Amino acid sequence: MNKIIAKERLSQEVFRIELEAPHIARERKAGQFVIVQTDVDFGERIPLTIADADTAKGSITLIFQAVGVSTHRLAELEPGAYIEAVLGPLGNPTHIENYGHAVCVGGGIGVAPMHPIAQALKAAGNKLTVIIGARNKELVILEKEMRAIADELIIVTDDGSYGRKALVTEPLKELCEAEPKPDLAVTIGPPIMMKFCAETTRPYKVKTFASLNTIMIDGTGMCGGCRVTVGGKTRFVCVDGPEFDAHEVDWNGMLLRLGAYKPLEDAAHKELHESGQCRLDALADAVMAKAGLGKSGGAS
Amino acid sequence: MHDKTQLKAEAKSVLDGLKGKTLSNKDRMAIPVQDMPCQEAAIRAGNMEEVAIGYSEEQARVEAYRCLQCKNAPCISGCPVSIDIPGFLRLSAEGDFTGAADVIRKTNLLPAICGRVCPQEKQCQLVCTLGKALKSVDKAVQIGRVERYIADRERTSGQSPIPEIAAPTGKRVAVVGAGPAGMTVAADVRREGHEVVIFEAFQKPGGVMVYGIPEFRLPKAIVSEEADKLRAMGVKFELNTLIGRTIPLETLFKEDGFDAVFIGVGAGLPKFMNIPGENYVGVFSANEYLTRANLMRAWDQKRAATPIYHSKRVAVLGGGNVAMDSARMALRLGAEEVHVLYRRTREEMPARAEEVEHAMEEGIIFDFLSSPTEILGNEKGRVTGLRVLSYELGQADASGRRSPVAIKGSEQDVAFDTVIVAIGNDSNPLLAKTTKGLAVDKRGQVLVDENQKTSLDAVWAGGDIVLGAATVILAMGEGRRAAAAINRYLI
Repeated sequence: MNKIIAKERLSQEVFRIELEAPHIARERKAGQFVIVQTDVDFGERIPLTIADADTAKGSITLIFQAVGVSTHRLAELEPGAYIEAVLGPLGNPTHIENYGHAVCVGGGIGVAPMHPIAQALKAAGNKLTVIIGARNKELVILEKEMRAIADELIIVTDDGSYGRKALVTEPLKELCEAEPKPDLAVTIGPPIMMKFCAETTRPYKVKTFASLNTIMIDGTGMCGGCRVTVGGKTRFVCVDGPEFDAHEVDWNGMLLRLGAYKPLEDAAHKELHESGQCRLDALADAVMAKAGLGKSGGAS
Repeated sequence: MHDKTQLKAEAKSVLDGLKGKTLSNKDRMAIPVQDMPCQEAAIRAGNMEEVAIGYSEEQARVEAYRCLQCKNAPCISGCPVSIDIPGFLRLSAEGDFTGAADVIRKTNLLPAICGRVCPQEKQCQLVCTLGKALKSVDKAVQIGRVERYIADRERTSGQSPIPEIAAPTGKRVAVVGAGPAGMTVAADVRREGHEVVIFEAFQKPGGVMVYGIPEFRLPKAIVSEEADKLRAMGVKFELNTLIGRTIPLETLFKEDGFDAVFIGVGAGLPKFMNIPGENYVGVFSANEYLTRANLMRAWDQKRAATPIYHSKRVAVLGGGNVAMDSARMALRLGAEEVHVLYRRTREEMPARAEEVEHAMEEGIIFDFLSSPTEILGNEKGRVTGLRVLSYELGQADASGRRSPVAIKGSEQDVAFDTVIVAIGNDSNPLLAKTTKGLAVDKRGQVLVDENQKTSLDAVWAGGDIVLGAATVILAMGEGRRAAAAINRYLI
């Protein structure tokens, strides 16, 4: 049982929660994740990367997007409430050293797990460039935090509502073409974005890590649901990863595996909204009404 | 014959016939073996309730009367935890089930579980003198069934006594993993007055008994009762805690003040066949499939948030208990046709005979002497079938097992939408990787001496992390040995 001590809605569908987890706060390192379960009897185990930790307070911060039934349930919890199960820190920490010039590419919610990695890379003496990509201005998160540590911060949005109107791969390519080219790229975000980041850096032979977000149950090596082909070998994201050489990952295979339960998940998600059970819809509507805007159409 | 009422009536008339008689060995040998009452195959294949219903009192007594009470009692040495089997059978025959339960409790903490999931035909019942005399292991005293009756009777009476706990010693023992090995160690060490904390990574205690073995073979209520019994003894559970990650093993000694640690973390990493197509959508390790269905309760699809694959034609690869559990679970989750593919024949199958029989009754199809060379898929990356190679049995190898030999050119493509790989587990490397000085063999199994002691000071290990994939009872046997060593160490 882990108590939620703070909660913030970063955008319509993105939430930041801080929760009591003294052991995890103490042991976690950049790049590691936790498994969260809001109901130990019937709930799902959801892997979420740790965005921050405060060892003095004994707390960790998670940033997540309410994309399905289980993340909705999590988003509905308010400060003072308890999350029934939080397991971690899981996975291998990011290998941090002074590479020289490191480029961190975070897409959407992927900016959250990128933050501690960027922090650690900066602390290790790297020159740090951060690229934040989002669908629109509303969905840009952690700009202030990243600006505080990055030597250079580039923001791009799909619709041009903020920063450059571009995909993250555009500035990434420009950086690779510059002299000297970066020594390391790290990419975290939607799998398709990570795939294209890998393709962007490949011709320039810029070492690139990607942090994978596969389907997972136990997170400790037991189920093998998270397996992915890396360099022709089957690897488990939970115990061998979550970070792998992005140039070696079989992205297409991974994308197919991520879709395994898509029809079932979409049906469950649709039912949640249609049954009027989603309290986030009501909250979003209230916020929009207050701002004098129309109905939100609900969190996605 | 599986009908409960009829079996009970028959047993009653046998029992009446035995009344007041002094039984000779010949009389005992003439008593018929008591069949296990079961749900009918056609009905149980559509529900998650327990398949075997359990003996009536009459049946339990009749079966217990079959024991010859032979002096050498080979059954005791056939039991990994050395239960005084003739002792509890004698009391059961007389109808003293409370006394029988007391006898079992001396060496076995989990009789309701063992009575259900032990491979008795390979242990106590294999060496039973009666079975030998009647020239069939099937005719041995049905020790496990009587044990289950005794345990269930005590359980449902609501009067399971809590074992006596010695005065506090001030010593603390950490048990890593709340499976059968860990729970056994916890009980045995706690009884000596030591403080015990069990650390478990999952949200519920029980290990393989909750994530692996299905409800229809071992109701989860029984496992949770056993955990409650430990709590009543004063054992503490720290769930959602992964030793090696949440708390490093060294920290348990250095900061948390533990005097001894037992590692019982189970088998860990599922093995795959290493054939093409294994990462297609629709290919699952048995661990994943069963964990979704059991621990995450995906069988209860109305209430559970964890999805499970909707399958029509399922292939299960393997011949052990886990393969049987996966096949029977898939059937209960609505699959239309379930095949078990096994490279050898029924004779060599490692699964418990009863599970194979039950699976066959339920309509699981067994494709013996066959194994896939490739998993076939479509452009969406989903499984469409298997390329299956046929085998024949060749010469016996050093262990006496006839090894299968592939028949060249026998490949055939068979349509399936789901493949469940149940060919065992490798050891989880996590604890060894995060714990300096913990010696493991090349397969990653923790190395121990004859007392289950590891290479580290004050650290013992047992169960599947030492044995590879084995059974609940063997894990318990190792747990008992480790607990005894820990108790000696802490004096």
